[in-house]
Amino acid sequence: MLDDFFIRALLAGTGLALTTGPLGCFVIWRRMAYFGDTMAHSALLGVALSLLFQMNLTISVFAVAAIVSLALLLLQKRGSLSTDALLGILSHATLATGLVIVSFMTWVRIDLVGFLFGDILAVTPQDVSLVWGGGILVLFAIVYLWRPLIASTVNPELAAAEGLEPERARLAFMLLMALVIAIAMKIVGILLITSLLIIPAATARRFSASPEVMAVVASLLGAIAVAGGLFGSLKFDTPSGPSIVVAALAIFLFSLLPWRRRAEEGAIQPDTGGHH
Amino acid sequence: MLQTNPSTSPPPLVSLSAAGVRRKGRWLVRGVDFSIARGEIVTLIGPNGSGKSTTAKMAIGVTRPDEGHVTRIPSLRVGYVPQKLAIDWTMPLTVDRLMTLTQPLRGRDIDAALEATGIRHLARAEVQHLSGGEFQRALLARAIARKPDLLVLDEPVQGVDFAGEIALYDLIKTIRNTTGCGILLISHDLHVVMAETDTVICLNGHVCCRGTPEAVSRSPEYLRLFGARAGQTLAFYSHHHDHTHLPDGRVLHSDGTVTDHCHPDDGHHHEDSLPVGRAGPMRIVHAHGPNCGCGDHGDEKPEGNPGTLQERGDA
Repeated sequence: MLDDFFIRALLAGTGLALTTGPLGCFVIWRRMAYFGDTMAHSALLGVALSLLFQMNLTISVFAVAAIVSLALLLLQKRGSLSTDALLGILSHATLATGLVIVSFMTWVRIDLVGFLFGDILAVTPQDVSLVWGGGILVLFAIVYLWRPLIASTVNPELAAAEGLEPERARLAFMLLMALVIAIAMKIVGILLITSLLIIPAATARRFSASPEVMAVVASLLGAIAVAGGLFGSLKFDTPSGPSIVVAALAIFLFSLLPWRRRAEEGAIQPDTGGHH
Repeated sequence: MLQTNPSTSPPPLVSLSAAGVRRKGRWLVRGVDFSIARGEIVTLIGPNGSGKSTTAKMAIGVTRPDEGHVTRIPSLRVGYVPQKLAIDWTMPLTVDRLMTLTQPLRGRDIDAALEATGIRHLARAEVQHLSGGEFQRALLARAIARKPDLLVLDEPVQGVDFAGEIALYDLIKTIRNTTGCGILLISHDLHVVMAETDTVICLNGHVCCRGTPEAVSRSPEYLRLFGARAGQTLAFYSHHHDHTHLPDGRVLHSDGTVTDHCHPDDGHHHEDSLPVGRAGPMRIVHAHGPNCGCGDHGDEKPEGNPGTLQERGDA
């Protein structure tokens, strides 16, 4: 089964979507969309360093993303610049540094477009097992940390007062983000990772009555977007990463426009789906 | 000068000694001494920026003191209602789900807490749709549902109308009486202090004065800080509940009848038959005046307080 590149892509994409669902919810609740973007952009520096020192790509991307998020924490504590300015600096500084380092290495030829926009159709069986192995790890960690994460998202001081160690939860959250970015890079690419975090979660908000439901719905919507995007990519011969994002956007818009009134009155009728 | 209550023979839940917090070269508050025992209500009052919230956060370990010591009994269970809590609209959260934010609870404890705060009918409502007063009640319900040893309420009556304020203070008193927990209450409303408070601590970057509500309102330091008129307007607010508004909108009268409305002269109101002399849960300690110095009306500085205010800015 894994011999077929399309099945592999489907498996890798849905596996990734399952982890980006709950994580994306936290990105939205904590208003960290730009933060996610910054960590994703830093992945290119990770790519460059892994080529320079001939390290494992995933580990190197994870390490750089984790270091960037820790650097942000330290800079925030100094409090001399606003968070969005710091993010702007880190985001583009790491992206640019990565590009410069890559250009120095004349002896390697890398597919820059592949890293920026992903190449899900080229995933290997090893990639699939990495996605699922890493994804299950991330999901277990999220379930284990769920209460402290939710409580410190609502109010860190409240969580601290009632013994839930919000700083630990925040650190764990950043490491999980770094891990997911390292996993996701090959599938949707550095520039599009945040969209897979944010769009399904944003779509899920309207259909969810609790944080738990929202996390699950975001995962499912993400998986649908991956499948839809891949089939679209196959049918129309479009790039796969952007196609997945476009599919996610289509679901978001579809959830937004036609049945807003009815949904709010609790009378959601099964739609026989005329949007294809 | 601390608690002289003879029933505090077991160690206090929390005690602060010479504790202070410094941020960016400025002492937010320093030299704070007090302790809270089981069953005791301590109220912190003081102008804006006087370090009330900082002191409370030090007491419960959210903020570490930069000088002095804070000691808590081991495994102190805290219920906290922070001063500011905004739940992002992107997070779907019902009142029911809010209850178990920091720990799982039994259904009947949740129901009891919602019942006590009078918002049981809102259990399934999204917190973003609650009014300010309802939200405060939900936060209070959440804090008491976990049966804390120490309840810390940072301005719990903000956004609550006057009648609701009375009801909430009544409830706080009841919680103390039934559960025996210690309560640290922060009041921004200088003129309204719970009568059941055992100790009022008036802060202004340091402890300005302390004692029973009456003693504080008469102390020279308090008068210097908040203006001479503050002490003259000490008044009791006593109230009589002759009817209660039920969650479904009907009205329960003191004679036990239930009506749809509460018209003053529909025969259900029996002002004269109420027990006399029942003090309400609060008293007016100080009225709002142009020189009261509470910091609520512009930049005016309280007059005639050499020493007390100067210690802050120049540290």
